[in-house]
Amino acid sequence: MNFEVKMLKTDILIIGGGTAGCFAAITIAEKEPNVNVLIVEKANIKRSGCLAAGVNALNAYITEGETPETYLQYVKEDYENIVREDLVYTMALKLNEVTKKIEDMGLVILKDSNGKYLARGKRNIKINGENIKPILAKAVESKENIKVLNHVNIIDYIVKDNKVIGAYGFSVNSNIFYIITAKAVICTTGGAAGLYRPNNPGFSRHKMWYPPFNVGSGYAMGIRAGCEMTSYEVRFIALRCKDTLAPTGTIAQEVGAEFVNSKGEYYERKYGRPTTYNRVFSTVEEMKAGRGPCYLKTVGISKEDEQRLIKAYLHMAPSQTLKWIDSGKGPSVENVEIEGSEPYIVGGHSASGYWVDTKRQTTLKGLFAAGDVVGGCPHKYVTGCFAEAEIAANSALDYIKNKDFETLDISVVEQKLKEVQKFFKNAPSLYTTEELEEAMQKVMDTYAGGISTGYAYNSKGLKIAKEKIDQLFELSQNLRAENSYQLMQIYELIDRLYVCKVLIHHLEARKETRWRAFQEFVDYPYKDDENFLKYVNSRFENGKVHIIFRSLVKKDEVYEHKD
Amino acid sequence: MSIRIDRERCVGCGKCAEICPGNLICIDENNKAFIRNPRDCWGCAACVKECEFSAIRYFLGTDIGGNGTTMYVEKENDEVMYWYFEKPSGEKEVIIQNLKDNTTY
Repeated sequence: MNFEVKMLKTDILIIGGGTAGCFAAITIAEKEPNVNVLIVEKANIKRSGCLAAGVNALNAYITEGETPETYLQYVKEDYENIVREDLVYTMALKLNEVTKKIEDMGLVILKDSNGKYLARGKRNIKINGENIKPILAKAVESKENIKVLNHVNIIDYIVKDNKVIGAYGFSVNSNIFYIITAKAVICTTGGAAGLYRPNNPGFSRHKMWYPPFNVGSGYAMGIRAGCEMTSYEVRFIALRCKDTLAPTGTIAQEVGAEFVNSKGEYYERKYGRPTTYNRVFSTVEEMKAGRGPCYLKTVGISKEDEQRLIKAYLHMAPSQTLKWIDSGKGPSVENVEIEGSEPYIVGGHSASGYWVDTKRQTTLKGLFAAGDVVGGCPHKYVTGCFAEAEIAANSALDYIKNKDFETLDISVVEQKLKEVQKFFKNAPSLYTTEELEEAMQKVMDTYAGGISTGYAYNSKGLKIAKEKIDQLFELSQNLRAENSYQLMQIYELIDRLYVCKVLIHHLEARKETRWRAFQEFVDYPYKDDENFLKYVNSRFENGKVHIIFRSLVKKDEVYEHKD
Repeated sequence: MSIRIDRERCVGCGKCAEICPGNLICIDENNKAFIRNPRDCWGCAACVKECEFSAIRYFLGTDIGGNGTTMYVEKENDEVMYWYFEKPSGEKEVIIQNLKDNTTY
């Protein structure tokens, strides 16, 4: 196969048309109707990204009696103070405003008889959100200055003099290679799943909680371009319904279900503060002690409650509803079994991602980021991604004022094209992309704290993981693609390998255990506030990962990149 | 977790191929949709909702406890969704969801 090259130009390029990407585009279009925006999406923005199946609550909302300050306090406590307070706070300030905006676009938010939003806990409001992504896509389509390029996979930024001036990509269902130049780029590609061996490694290998199609490409492009990254060691492990990996919060909050072990004992409180990581840790410990399986105790809930749960899951994870109907045992007659997911790298839930300034500019000029791909700001959820997208969009607009397009260096472009086409020309490889992916997942699972070790890892194992990931890098260069879909799969594997490589270095660098299960370093089993109340950051230069430790950034600081 | 496409019902409109967030569905030379690899399905049901001919059935793999019940969806003006569940015995159950209702799920 040979590529046909197509050149495109746009004022602002948005990579990834998910939650944050669509909202960033809409923000720009409304504020500056004369600025051209191009969203490039790997699938189709109507159902791509984390919200493909929908969502039944907005989990970041400032409800009555709460404030942006209390939201920040919650995030700090839940993540043991290693958060970017400036990022969390500037996001929290916008949560309710962006909620109003998505409601105006057509999202149905549930209300009580007084017309007030129906809250579920302190920070959540309920929505009929099965169609949240089609609503966002429709809003995007209604703006004349937004163009959407669906089914195009972006693989790298075009960087010139430490500035991002565009990106390369290719169509996943035809032979077009795109060279896109832009005055500014916003990366909204989401987090990474499929790095570790998944919960259901056989037929249902992709029945994950986080989308298997979010492979961390945004992280990998940033790593390759030399962007500073933060907090990869703060992995996110989701406590989920067994088998379907459907979220558990809906059950816990809708019917007040608590965790019980196989003996029927309520175990959560035995393990200290009920933080997000401690819920996973306590469940893992109960299993290790032979007291599993663990459950959310739902037996005895009313039929009305059961019906509500069955319908709530149709808005977000229809597999769970199907599970209840298929087994003939709803949650009122059988407790819901739970398990921890494979570890994900996802900035919207924990803290891993791009190191950005308060305006959401990365360490490369002209490159902004929002959503799950941005680090330092946990508990964003949907509305936090909107808020961050709005901030990034406004910063990108400021940046492009009085800027012109940069000229492309043709030799650089030709080199890139050669590098990509190589995969069409390679001789048939002994191993397939799928086999290398499986090998990577096994390495990470065994040596870098996957499900099989109860998420724990040690120095020796990390060293082995590093070597084996490097071997897989080499093998990946021999892969052969017959078409552009297979080429995308090769790039997805390579992107995951980059994320794994950086992740292992981060796991090694934080010599303490701060978030049990999420970051469980057996050689250093205790929290060490004296030495590790700081961020672990990194930069990839000349094939090596360099670790940088940075001091905590406080709420009212305006952080700017200096060194 | 995956989907089965009923070739008899499929008209080859391509809407499922367009919408799949994993680019997993293609149209073959006989103008029928097929999934590249059933193991790669995430289970988001985007294609099931998109298909106007109820040609796509959603099911749980046996490795995650599936017993053979399949699911498909019919829609009315993008407002009301009828979720059908068909057991291996042929027994059917339907759950009706009004997306515009702002009082309950």
